[in-house]
Amino acid sequence: MESDEEGIYDVESDASINYNSSDDGIYSEGENTAHGEANDFMDEPTSYKCLTSDQIFNYMMKVVDEVNAILQLPPHITCILLNHFKWDKEKLMERYYEGDQDKIFEEAQTINPFRLKGKVVSSNTNNITSFSMQSTKRPLTTQEVCDICYLPSQHMNGLQCGHFFCIDCWNEYLRIKIIDEGQGQKIACPANDCNILTDYETILSLLRGSDIKTKYHQRLTDGFVMSHHLMKWCPSPGCSVVVKVTTAGTRNVTCICGHAFCFHCLQPIHEPVRCPLLKKWLRKCNDDSETAHWISANTKECPKCRATIEKNGGCNHMICQNKSCKFDFCWICLSAWSPHGSSWYNCNRYDANDSVAARTAQEKSRAALNRYLFYCDRYMNHRQSLELEHKLYSKIKFKMEEMQQHNMSWIEVQFLKKAVDILCKCRNTLKYTYVFAFYLRSNNQATIFEANQKDLEMATERLSEYLERDVTTDELSNIKQKVQDKAKYCEGRCEALLRHVYEGYDMDLWEYLDE
Amino acid sequence: MAGRLPRRILKETERLLNEPVPGIKALPDEQNARYFHVEVNGPKDSPFEGGCFKLELFLPEDYPMAAPKVRFVTRIYHPNIDKLGRICLDILKDKWSPALQIRTVLLSIQALLSAPNPDDPLANDVAELWKSDEVRAIETAKTWTRLYAFSEGVKS
Ligand SMILES: [Zn+2]
Ligand SMILES: [Zn+2]
Ligand SMILES: [Zn+2]
Ligand SMILES: [Zn+2]
Ligand SMILES: [Zn+2]
Ligand SMILES: [Zn+2]
Repeated sequence: MESDEEGIYDVESDASINYNSSDDGIYSEGENTAHGEANDFMDEPTSYKCLTSDQIFNYMMKVVDEVNAILQLPPHITCILLNHFKWDKEKLMERYYEGDQDKIFEEAQTINPFRLKGKVVSSNTNNITSFSMQSTKRPLTTQEVCDICYLPSQHMNGLQCGHFFCIDCWNEYLRIKIIDEGQGQKIACPANDCNILTDYETILSLLRGSDIKTKYHQRLTDGFVMSHHLMKWCPSPGCSVVVKVTTAGTRNVTCICGHAFCFHCLQPIHEPVRCPLLKKWLRKCNDDSETAHWISANTKECPKCRATIEKNGGCNHMICQNKSCKFDFCWICLSAWSPHGSSWYNCNRYDANDSVAARTAQEKSRAALNRYLFYCDRYMNHRQSLELEHKLYSKIKFKMEEMQQHNMSWIEVQFLKKAVDILCKCRNTLKYTYVFAFYLRSNNQATIFEANQKDLEMATERLSEYLERDVTTDELSNIKQKVQDKAKYCEGRCEALLRHVYEGYDMDLWEYLDE
Repeated sequence: MAGRLPRRILKETERLLNEPVPGIKALPDEQNARYFHVEVNGPKDSPFEGGCFKLELFLPEDYPMAAPKVRFVTRIYHPNIDKLGRICLDILKDKWSPALQIRTVLLSIQALLSAPNPDDPLANDVAELWKSDEVRAIETAKTWTRLYAFSEGVKS
C-alpha cells in the first residue's frame, strides 16, 4: 500500500501531474467501464481518486510536513495552526513572518513552544526533535489526585497549559467529544476556562481502542477536507471515503463503495440537468404534497379491461396480465403500444395543443398542474424503471453462465453486463431529461432536444424490452449481435442528446421558464 | 440508586456538608444521593435580598463529563431564569468543564442573582422590561421575592 500513498502525494504536489500514471487505477472507477472512450464530454475515471480516512490523514500530515520544512515547529502544533487558518498555507506563513507570533498561537488556541517553561528560544537555532521529547507526561514523584474523578493516579496527562487529568478521565472526556459531539480539531483542555486545544499527538497517545482512534482520524481531517475545494466526503451513509478530483470541473464520480454522485451538489448523478435546476425541481417535488399520489403510484389499470397492473420490469411496453385481454399498451401514456414503434410515436412530448382549448384562468392553473404532473410522472416512471432495471443484473448473470456452457468464454459474454450498464445509464439520463424539459422554454433548440429525447426513449425501451423479455427466448447465436447493436445504438442516442445539451450550455441556447 | 456512587460525588458531598458556601445550603436527598435540595440566599444589595430560593440539583449518570441539571423551584423574577425555573448560564451548557464542581455551579448561580444579564436572556418579557424600565423591573423582582421567597432563610 506504500505506493498508493506515494501516488496521492504526487497528485497534490502540484499542477504538473501525470494523471495517467498507472498506479492511480486502484481507487479509480475500477471495473465500471460503461463510460466509453468516445465520451469526451464525460468525466474520465482518472480525473478523481477515492481516499480512505487513513490516506487522508497521511495526506494531511504531508501538508503539515511541507509547512514545517519552513516553520520548524512540532508537527502537532503546526497542524493546529494550519487548521486555524483553514489550511491556507500562504496565509499562515504570511502572518507568521510578518508580525506577532504569540498572537497567532493565542488565536489558534495553542501555546508557543518557544515560550515553554519561561525560556524563549530562537526558532533558527532550535532543533525540532527536542520538542517531541517534551512529553506531556510529568515526571511524578508522588501520586497526584485527578481534578475530575478525585482519585489518585500514577498516569496523569495534560497539555502544555499544565492541566493534568488521569488517563481514564481523559478517555471518557474524549469519547464524548469524538463520538457524541463529532469533534476532532476543536477539542479543548477539560479544565475550566482553559481554551487550549488538544493536539493529535497527545490524543493518539491517550486514546485506548482502535475504533475510537479511527473515528478520531476521521473527525480530525474534517476541517482539512472541508477547506479543500477539490475533496469531499462520499455522501453515502456510513461511508468514510473522501473523493478527490484533480480539477474543479469534474462532476460525475463513483466512490469505491459503489455510490455514484455529482461532486458539486452531492446528489446522485443527474445528467444532463445542472445542479441549481435539479435543486429547484427536488424542492418542488417535495413541496407538492397534493400530487404525492402521483409519485407513489406504482400500479395502473389496464386501459382496456381495467385489471390492476403492477409494473414489475423497467420496460414501458406493457402486456395486460389478464389472459383474456392481453392488451399491448404503453405504461406512460396508456395508449396502444402498436403506434409507438412508428414515426408518430408521441409519448415524450406534452402536446400543448391538447390544452389550447382551456382558456379560463381556472383551467389555466389546471393546465399548469397537468403540465407539472406530465413531467413529474415521466420522471418518476424512469426512476422506477431504473430501480427495476437493477434487478436485471442477476437475471443476466444466469444468461451469461448459460452462454459460457455453450462454448463462449467469460470475456465474450461480458457484453450482456455492459448492455445493462448502458441501459441503466440511459434510463438515468432520460429521467433527468424530464426535469430539464420541464423548465425549458420552447425554441428551435428545444424542439431538437425533444426529438433527441424521443429517440433516446425509444432506443432505451427497445433495449430494455429485449434484455428483459426476448433474451430468454432468442437463439443463443443471435443474442450477441442483437444486444450489441441495440446497446450501441442506445448509447449513441444518449451521447447525441448529451452533446447537444452541453453545446447548448456552452453557446447559451437554452431559455428557461420561471416555474 | 443504581450503581455505586463515584468517589468524586462522595468527596464533593462531604465537602459541601463540612465546609458549606456562605449563603448556600445543599443537602443530598435521603433516597437519591445524586439529587440535592438546595437553598440559596438572595445576595445583599440585590432585588432578591432577604429571600430564600429553593433549587433542585441533579447529577446525571455521566457527571462530571456532563453538567449537573439545576432548576429554581421557588418562583423568581429574573431575566436569565424562566417560568419553569430553568437557568441560562453558560457553564451549565457549552462552557461546562468536568473540572467544575457543584460548589462552583452554585456560586455562579448566586453571582447571577447579584448581576442579572438581560442581554443574554431566557425569560424574554422579563429581559425586555429589565432593559426598557430597570426601576420597574427591580421593583417587580423585589415584590416577587417578598411574595414567594420570604420564609426562614439560610443562616450564614
Ligand atoms: Zn480522573
Ligand atoms: Zn488546560
Ligand atoms: Zn462511498
Ligand atoms: Zn449536481
Ligand atoms: Zn387488460
Ligand atoms: Zn406512450
